[in-house]
Amino acid sequence: MTTRVVHYINQFFAGLGGEDTATVPPASKAGAAGPGRKLAQLLGDDFEIVATVWCGDDHAAGPEVMDDLLALVRAAGPDVVVTGPAFTSGRYGLACARVAAAAAAEGIAAVACMHPDNPGIDEAGTAPVVASGEVARQMGPSLETLAAAVRKVAAGEPLGADDGRVGKIPRRNVTVDRTSAERAVALVLARLGGDREATEVPLPRFDQVTPAQPVTDVTTALVALVTEGALVPDANPDSLESARATRWLRYSLDGRDVLPAGEFRSVHGGFSTVWANEDPHRIVPLDAARQLEAEGAIGKLHGEYLVTAGNGTSVGNARRFGVEWAADLRRQGVQAALLTAT
Amino acid sequence: MERAGIPTALLCNLTSIAERVGAPRIVPTRGIPYPTGDPSLGAEKERAWRRRLVERGLEAVATAVHKPTLFPVDRETE
Repeated sequence: MTTRVVHYINQFFAGLGGEDTATVPPASKAGAAGPGRKLAQLLGDDFEIVATVWCGDDHAAGPEVMDDLLALVRAAGPDVVVTGPAFTSGRYGLACARVAAAAAAEGIAAVACMHPDNPGIDEAGTAPVVASGEVARQMGPSLETLAAAVRKVAAGEPLGADDGRVGKIPRRNVTVDRTSAERAVALVLARLGGDREATEVPLPRFDQVTPAQPVTDVTTALVALVTEGALVPDANPDSLESARATRWLRYSLDGRDVLPAGEFRSVHGGFSTVWANEDPHRIVPLDAARQLEAEGAIGKLHGEYLVTAGNGTSVGNARRFGVEWAADLRRQGVQAALLTAT
Repeated sequence: MERAGIPTALLCNLTSIAERVGAPRIVPTRGIPYPTGDPSLGAEKERAWRRRLVERGLEAVATAVHKPTLFPVDRETE
């Protein structure tokens, strides 16, 4: 009996185009497509890719798309759901992780594939993630890692670091030979010996950011104000966290020229908010931006500002907010942003 | 956001951290609790300072950069 595989990819790997088609809605077709063809070869005759599901990156990173995607996945009756490889592509990685997480939550075996720096990596829920290379040029070896992982996941076997598993690996209690004091001394000695890498607690890594192309003409551009300064309507109606934020919010600026004290306040827990609450423009410079808009220096201000609290936020969540903000702003035609940070 | 193609001016005080994490366009500000303000200036001068910061941010998003780059407000125009 062959194992039925459903493969999730983005619009680019489905052959529909790049950023110009990043808003295409969820869709599917029978059989393998794009990198799925090579994956099918690697998996051999015991497996069949029965359907390929895809979605545009901007759409897939947004809210309320997951139900549609999962319905397409479910309709193909998979034994295993495979997503990616997404490499370091943020929006694609988020979608791969979430599709795998949603499938796993329904009891369907699932595995996602992306680079360890991909912001989607913490979104895979209970589904395992195996490492891909950084860029699509590394498709070949990435698919080999993925195919081996698919075989194991289909057989109900757990994946570990030896299988290329990355991201959150469930902790297991084990007995080690040496006490923590002995291990600490060994690490110090290793460090003195020139080893800069040895550690029992790897720190988050900051990856390289390729700067965006500049806007050609700000006087015709749609510009957004965004902030991690936790400025919200006075009652904090959506209960933004003051620290370790897990989400972000949006508030309308339509018809507003100013953000009066008393109507808005900062709920940030990482600094004294006295000055912010005295004059909310110290966090979100709406007054100055409106003035520049009226004078024609800004084409148009975006109709809402995006906000979170940047205080003890995990690198993973911060990356995800950035990816989601970018997708949200792109969907609405925003060309540049001013991000105030405390 | 920059990676996804949206040029983004980061207005912040801790520019060394901003550079270290790779933010491409950075406008240095004067205090952690008030990125687009400076309570020591008095209302009128503070508004002018804020306007300069926003103008500098707009210049930053319209400028090509290849690595983390600072766009300080020119002292003369404060």
